[in-house]
Amino acid sequence: MSQAFTKEVARNIFYGGTAFFFLLFLALTFDTHLELPKRDNRQVLDPSTELGQKIAAGKMLWEENNCLGCHTLLGEGAYYAPELGNVYVRYNNSTMGIMAFIKSRPKDGIPGRRSMPQFNFTDEELEAIAEFLKYVSGIDTNDWPPNIQG
Amino acid sequence: MKYQSQKVAMPYFVAALALFVVQILFGLIIGAQYVIGDFLFPEIPFNIARMVHTNTLIVWLLMGFMGAAYYLIPEEAETELHSPLLAIVTFWVFLVAAGLTIAGYLLLPYARLAELTGNQYWPTMGREFLEQPTITKIGIVVVVLAFLYNLGMTILKGRKTVVGIVLMLGLIGLAVFFLFAFYNPVNLVKDKFWWWWTVHLWVEGVWELILGAMLAFILIKTTGVDREIVEKWLYVIIALALITGIIGTGHHYYWIGTPTYWLWWGSIFSALEPLPFFLMAVFAFQMINKRRRNHPNKVAMLWALGCAVMAFLGAGVWGFMHTLAPVNYYTHGSQITAAHGHLAFYGAYVMINLAIISYAVPIMRGREANGAKAQRVEMWGFWLMAIGMILITLLLTAAGVLQVYLQRYTDAPMSFMVVQDKIALFYWLRLYSGLMFFVGLLFYLYSFFIPGETKASDMEPVKRISEADSTPATANA
Repeated sequence: MSQAFTKEVARNIFYGGTAFFFLLFLALTFDTHLELPKRDNRQVLDPSTELGQKIAAGKMLWEENNCLGCHTLLGEGAYYAPELGNVYVRYNNSTMGIMAFIKSRPKDGIPGRRSMPQFNFTDEELEAIAEFLKYVSGIDTNDWPPNIQG
Repeated sequence: MKYQSQKVAMPYFVAALALFVVQILFGLIIGAQYVIGDFLFPEIPFNIARMVHTNTLIVWLLMGFMGAAYYLIPEEAETELHSPLLAIVTFWVFLVAAGLTIAGYLLLPYARLAELTGNQYWPTMGREFLEQPTITKIGIVVVVLAFLYNLGMTILKGRKTVVGIVLMLGLIGLAVFFLFAFYNPVNLVKDKFWWWWTVHLWVEGVWELILGAMLAFILIKTTGVDREIVEKWLYVIIALALITGIIGTGHHYYWIGTPTYWLWWGSIFSALEPLPFFLMAVFAFQMINKRRRNHPNKVAMLWALGCAVMAFLGAGVWGFMHTLAPVNYYTHGSQITAAHGHLAFYGAYVMINLAIISYAVPIMRGREANGAKAQRVEMWGFWLMAIGMILITLLLTAAGVLQVYLQRYTDAPMSFMVVQDKIALFYWLRLYSGLMFFVGLLFYLYSFFIPGETKASDMEPVKRISEADSTPATANA
């Protein structure tokens, strides 16, 4: 590299550039949080309502059973099992369908094939998980996934 | 080895490699589960095995970074480490915490582990890569703080080089951005938004500073090129990394509920993210071309050069391939993502750790470099692992293209599981490539047990072919 472009110039670009773009990122972050109420389906999350509590419990069950270890949710997670961000829509807008599927998994799996474990959830827990997934399907994701198959 | 206390790096490197073996074994298990769905079911379900695969990766990379920092900082600062005892104590705390966590994953149902560790009081578990119990996360913070204190005190009393400072900046960033792992709101969009502040700002942000500093250190030591030149390159590389990478976080904000303008911000900035990796590859080649000496540790230079090239391919090329929003709309969360993840992590962060281990371990054992036979075996390891990983990446890419077409692009989209069956052939071939990778790892490990030494005096002096090349070497000529 040329003589005019010294180490000090490179250093200043590093510190200046990093500071500038980090501040810009903070500004975009701030604006994003102002925009989110219009997109993130938060109206159903109100913790003073029964539904809000159910969804919170559902998210907790989702996490404490490591569902993301096989599935994706809005495209993030593992790629071993189907996308679940739109599973509520894929099951004909039915929480019952989701609950029935989770409940019906065989304890010892299916010979030679992938199968979801049997988690022995109570009906109340199943409902919480289904309500959580229904809430996720209401998030504005810029029309992702491209179709119902996820 | 110039300072006795550099030797605390040794247990970190040994533990890193042991965890690397565990990571690959579990990689083979989940690779098998992709095609033999009931393999080890229900004893070790896929989600548990995958968690062991990714979490051991993260822990061993951190172990490697720590070992590298403990080796590199005293030499750069030209002083003994502030407290070698603290470094050893934190090593054992970290190793035991990691071991208990992995044992917990394997021996208990995950929900039971969550209950036992009090996840309900501060829920942070069950999110990708951050599956560790909250108490383990707190342990990681404590270990990293002790580590930063130890290194900080060392640098403060010694020489402050650019390599040392950049490494410290990267490690401090690593600690700061890990704190977002403790924020987990019920609102999924916010959860995901801030989750990326740890995950993206680690691997496409501050970790690149760590990578750059480690690469610069190895190149200074092995090529004898003037430090001023190396440091200027380092600044340019990390400047580009952060200028593109920070806003580049936006490529994760396309489809998770965040505003539409991220499609633009994310696409434009992340399209530039290959630049620092390209420069890193040019940098490595240039420094080796301009070398003033032929270092006896040839295989360490092979790792350094290989790291720069594979990082460019994995992070740069494979990242660019699916980073533009209109492409990512179809490829998001598919096997394309998996292909990119494998080559990027291997090229950038696995290989730089293997490079520093390859460089430093012989020196810590009192040799200038390993003997010719050991280096030859290690080079076999290098090529078997490199080719194995490239095959894994190409096969997952092929699987991904088919998956995207059949499930998302065609007029009559098929369901996820139907598509998985149709692309099973590629998963089989990926599994065989994984076995090849594992054989390479065994070669690599075996090379450490071969005695012998190569000395600097055994090496030919650098011969210059053209006039232009000889300029930097005139002092030696």
